[in-house]
Amino acid sequence: MTTIAPAVSGRRRTKSLGSLEMGRPGFAWAIPATLFFGLFAIVPLILVAVLSFTRWDGLSSPELVGFENWSALLDDPIMIKSLWLSLLLTVLGVVIQTPLSVLLGVWAAGHQRNRAILSAIYFIPLLLSATAVSVLWRALLDPNFGIPAQASWLFGNGNLFGKQATAIGVLAFVSTWQFTPFHTLIYQGAARAIPRVLYQAAEIDGASTVRQFWSITLPQLRNSMITSMILMVVGGLTTFDTVLILTQGGPGTDTMISAYYMYEKGFRNFEFGAASAIALVLVVVATLVSLVVVRASGYDKMRSTLEGM
Amino acid sequence: MRRRPNYLAGLGSALWLFIVGLPIYVLVMATVQTRSGYGQNGPLGFPDDFTLSNFSDVFSGGFGHYYLNTVIVTASVVGIVLLLVPPLAYAIVRSRNKVISAVFRLFLLGLAVPAQAVIIPVFYVISTVGLYDNLIGVILPTAAFALPVSTLVLSGVMRDITPELFEAMAVDGATPRRMFFQLVLPLSKGGLSTIAVFSALQAWNGFLFPLILTQSNSTKLITMGLYDFQTQYGINIPGLLAAVILSMVPILLVYLFARRALVQGLMGAGGK
Repeated sequence: MTTIAPAVSGRRRTKSLGSLEMGRPGFAWAIPATLFFGLFAIVPLILVAVLSFTRWDGLSSPELVGFENWSALLDDPIMIKSLWLSLLLTVLGVVIQTPLSVLLGVWAAGHQRNRAILSAIYFIPLLLSATAVSVLWRALLDPNFGIPAQASWLFGNGNLFGKQATAIGVLAFVSTWQFTPFHTLIYQGAARAIPRVLYQAAEIDGASTVRQFWSITLPQLRNSMITSMILMVVGGLTTFDTVLILTQGGPGTDTMISAYYMYEKGFRNFEFGAASAIALVLVVVATLVSLVVVRASGYDKMRSTLEGM
Repeated sequence: MRRRPNYLAGLGSALWLFIVGLPIYVLVMATVQTRSGYGQNGPLGFPDDFTLSNFSDVFSGGFGHYYLNTVIVTASVVGIVLLLVPPLAYAIVRSRNKVISAVFRLFLLGLAVPAQAVIIPVFYVISTVGLYDNLIGVILPTAAFALPVSTLVLSGVMRDITPELFEAMAVDGATPRRMFFQLVLPLSKGGLSTIAVFSALQAWNGFLFPLILTQSNSTKLITMGLYDFQTQYGINIPGLLAAVILSMVPILLVYLFARRALVQGLMGAGGK
């Protein structure tokens, strides 16, 4: 796919431009969508930067206070803690989910009948919204009526939400349960797209299944791995509903990740100026990651992931 | 294709089946028993009474109304996306206008902007124009945030249309409008269904915008209903889980009858 576009435009240029300019849509076709998107995504993006220099309680009008929010943010131990927690959960997500979804995806790429049936079951978490997943797990892990209460030999006093380590464990586990099927789909598609000949050649050379996995499958999955990991990073940094429903940032502030801290500051404490500053930090981090997306994997890669399905 | 069965892989896949399947088992079993039955049997037990009362409880708790609201929001979001994105993608792929590539880069940038990042100004804008606690106030930003991925997906599909077809139509003197309706749209059906499913999923599963932009019962969406049930009746686990099952029914139907469209819609979500 990568090569089609330049080849086509090259061919176009050799023909007379006059006849080809006819029948081409003008800028007007793009105006409605651009205006709409600008109003609800780009203007707010500029506004959030402006609001980060104001004090605003959500009722009166915002008042400019210079760098007050920013210097407060730098001295805020919870902000620093929340960034570390966001980072920790993101890293945990990537480290747990990548090997798991690679193995499952490669396994599910096989055309055996039992694999097709199991893959269909593995898909089920994707049918639930993040809200539904969190509500389900909150019920399953309920300290009084959930699984931990029934299996105290495994879970101790059963309150997984009462300690930082177990609360973080719950968040990492639930996000694994929720998102692994999605990344498995990415790898399944990519593994099916690997040319058969590579394996046939390896087979002739007498390479074992394990060797084939390391020397053919993994290198061939590299691009999908980049895409999948970046999605995990962006998703991990902006996790919000899961934390709101499962832990509310607790115990104390022990699972207070940045996106949730922003919500608390803004919509619970009504410090919208400070919350905007946190939001801007999130934008900067996400944009940095997206630059990596565009540079490392590129727009065409995303398309090819889609088409690989 | 392997000559001998891979026992290790079989073991691993069985383990994952257990991890995925156990919550699903509890989900189904809990919803068909009474609260007291669930209390006695526990989440892992097998029900000894059978009831559908949890589902009717959920509906008498107002879920039907939330359902209707969510259907309205989802249909509107899909409508807006299907109205705005095809002309935009057409212009991106076919226009020679220089501003277009800047527009395209703007939408690429939009891919990176998480909804959380702009929720405060969106709240400001929506309240200022008087759409707070109004379904329209949820529909507009939800649709806007479905645009970047949809644009990316659809312009990718339209780019694959053979240029010779356009040239043939241009020779016949076709206007851009006629090419759009007679050539581009019919050949982009797959892409259109992908972006429809993708934006429908975004709207149906949306949490942050309704959380921030609505508050009363009359504008409650399903996800908000779930969140509410959880905070208010967290103890009534069978009822709560019945609501969870009801929330996934439409997606389950799409999965059963249009699996390919759903998978591609989800993968579109992966572009985000």
